[in-house]
Amino acid sequence: MSRTDRLSLAHLWVAIIAFGVAAAMAFMQALSRASLDLPWRSAKMYYLSVTAHGVLMALVFTTFFIMAFGYVVVSRALERTPSVPGLAWAGFWTALAGTLAAVVTILAGKASVLYTFYPPLQAHPAFYIGLTLVIVGSWCWATVMLLSYRAWRREHQGTAMPLAMHGMMATVIVWLIATVGVAAEVLLQLIPWSLGWTKTVDPVLARMLFWYFGHPLVYFWLLPAYVIWYTVLPRVAGGRLFSDPLARLVFVLFVLLSTPVGFHHQFMDPGVSAGWKLLHTFLTMGILFPSFVTAFTVTASMEVAGRMQGATGLLDWLGKLPWRDPLFSSVALSMILFAFGGIGGAINASFGMNAVVHNTAWIQGHFHLTVGSAAALTFMGASYWLLPRLTGRELELALLARVQPYLWFMGMLLFSFSNHITGLMGMPRRIYDAAYGDAAAAHAWRGLTEVSAAGGLLLFASAAFFILVMVGTALAGKRREPEPVLWAEPLHPPAPQRTLLDRYGLWTVVAVILVLIAYAYPLLTHLHMVRFGSPGFKPY
Amino acid sequence: MNVPLYEKLWMWAAGVLIVAFLAMIAVGVAGSALQPPSHVETIDPTKIWNDPRFVRRGVTLDEHGATVVVVGMMFAFMPAEIRVPAGRRVTFRVTSADVTHGFQIVGTNGNTMIVPGYVSQFTTVFREPGEYLIVCNEYCGLGHHLMSAKLIVEEARP
Repeated sequence: MSRTDRLSLAHLWVAIIAFGVAAAMAFMQALSRASLDLPWRSAKMYYLSVTAHGVLMALVFTTFFIMAFGYVVVSRALERTPSVPGLAWAGFWTALAGTLAAVVTILAGKASVLYTFYPPLQAHPAFYIGLTLVIVGSWCWATVMLLSYRAWRREHQGTAMPLAMHGMMATVIVWLIATVGVAAEVLLQLIPWSLGWTKTVDPVLARMLFWYFGHPLVYFWLLPAYVIWYTVLPRVAGGRLFSDPLARLVFVLFVLLSTPVGFHHQFMDPGVSAGWKLLHTFLTMGILFPSFVTAFTVTASMEVAGRMQGATGLLDWLGKLPWRDPLFSSVALSMILFAFGGIGGAINASFGMNAVVHNTAWIQGHFHLTVGSAAALTFMGASYWLLPRLTGRELELALLARVQPYLWFMGMLLFSFSNHITGLMGMPRRIYDAAYGDAAAAHAWRGLTEVSAAGGLLLFASAAFFILVMVGTALAGKRREPEPVLWAEPLHPPAPQRTLLDRYGLWTVVAVILVLIAYAYPLLTHLHMVRFGSPGFKPY
Repeated sequence: MNVPLYEKLWMWAAGVLIVAFLAMIAVGVAGSALQPPSHVETIDPTKIWNDPRFVRRGVTLDEHGATVVVVGMMFAFMPAEIRVPAGRRVTFRVTSADVTHGFQIVGTNGNTMIVPGYVSQFTTVFREPGEYLIVCNEYCGLGHHLMSAKLIVEEARP
């Protein structure tokens, strides 16, 4: 095994373990919402576990998987060792130490502030410091990715960069722009305040900084999934990528539009005027466009694959696709779920309509289709594809791997759809119990919370299958010569030259200008307003 | 860039759809003054009980409708029961005594965050008389799921 693969595997295993722990906690939560009185059930345990679930899934599982995948792209698409391996390992250990600090603090009951950690809810300083270290670790990764690209570019002047690297560059740039916000929130506001160095914080300022980070965070999760859809899926399906230049256009559009949209998470906030929320609405709707293009290009690539296997009719290419391959089925099913997630996202972003769904169960239904399916299911599928190629071991328990994506799909349909409906009926998200003193309104959503719990059971079984396959493969998979990592060939070979779409320096400048237009004035006005800070509270 | 015809059509269709979405939002904003609660007003969160704006909580009726002053706190709303007339403009003014809360009137589009240090304000009209459940929809601590109140919309007296 090469040193780079060892680096990728270290990251991948942290992601897998975080995912397993978080999935177990989610199951408890789904049962609690359905008011099933299990012996360990208490409000304290519930909110503690929601915090752990959010942090481990949204921040740890995703970030570590994406770092692992980034190193795979450097070693297999740029075909070089990541620059400064020492920095890469330093990033790994820093992020791991941060994860452990944050998780221990949460499990000790000292940080039940959920993964959004809105002040003036106050956590133990170790929670904020731990999360900061995770981000610092990811910055080491981002630096290694950029240096590796620069080293490759020096040797390949004028050549188009491999598409997988193009997508990962977008991921890195989005992440670097986004994390400025959360770094400012945590370093300037929350850490000094939790240590008692400052007495108060301004919660609306914190929310602005958090959501400056929080929405591009979504694209940080999604972009590597798109890289897999564009550059791995067509090959696994036995076909070609339908359009290489459009994929590059999509990645560039995400760099431009990911960040200047954060106010759409604050539609219901006081202290932010409606005009700025409207500007962010317009930009948010713009970001639908690259996902529409992706839906076409990836589906067309699947059709190309089906036709290359001999399909001739209107839809018989669907039957020619390798539905038994866990990478293929994971991605295909995650795309179907993401289509619903995208439509829901357009509704969430619709300015006035948001009032009907804001902070209801609809939202948790929504993001389990996006990060919980488009990203997580794709990452699981990609792990089945990646682990044998990195370890040189055959996938163990292949039957479980084959069933697992379908189980996730069914579980997610039950979970997500029931939560969308109860959300429309007005049930809030993140509640330990949905009874509300037997209120009439709460009666209506009763049966649906049980459907949601049934979905949770299927999702938990699916997650358990995934963990079993991963652990089984690592411990007992048959050793053999590892298969090479092969990227999808485009249907029409791209011009080998570097085009405007490869000039990320330029696009980063445009992205920063858009961020300044969307954020500089509202932030400055906010800072000049007469504001009163809030002391901290620990009601958990 | 050489884009195949079908994909070109798809991209145009996607563009038209997005413009249509935006046009609907613009019509809502321009035509019905439809906008999320975006009031900008600050208050010292440690002194709200003595602040003249929040000393008198509850409903004040006037010729246009009603103003309702509410404080959200761990884990209750004050007042816990609110009576307003149907078919009239009702303006809610809400702030927090401690952490961030939510104020959501179940079954309506009445929904706002309550952030300490700020006054949330929105105006709406309830057309259907009846009893509504108000819930906190932002996690605020161990009693979050218990934080609720009652809104009673009464037939307006002629």
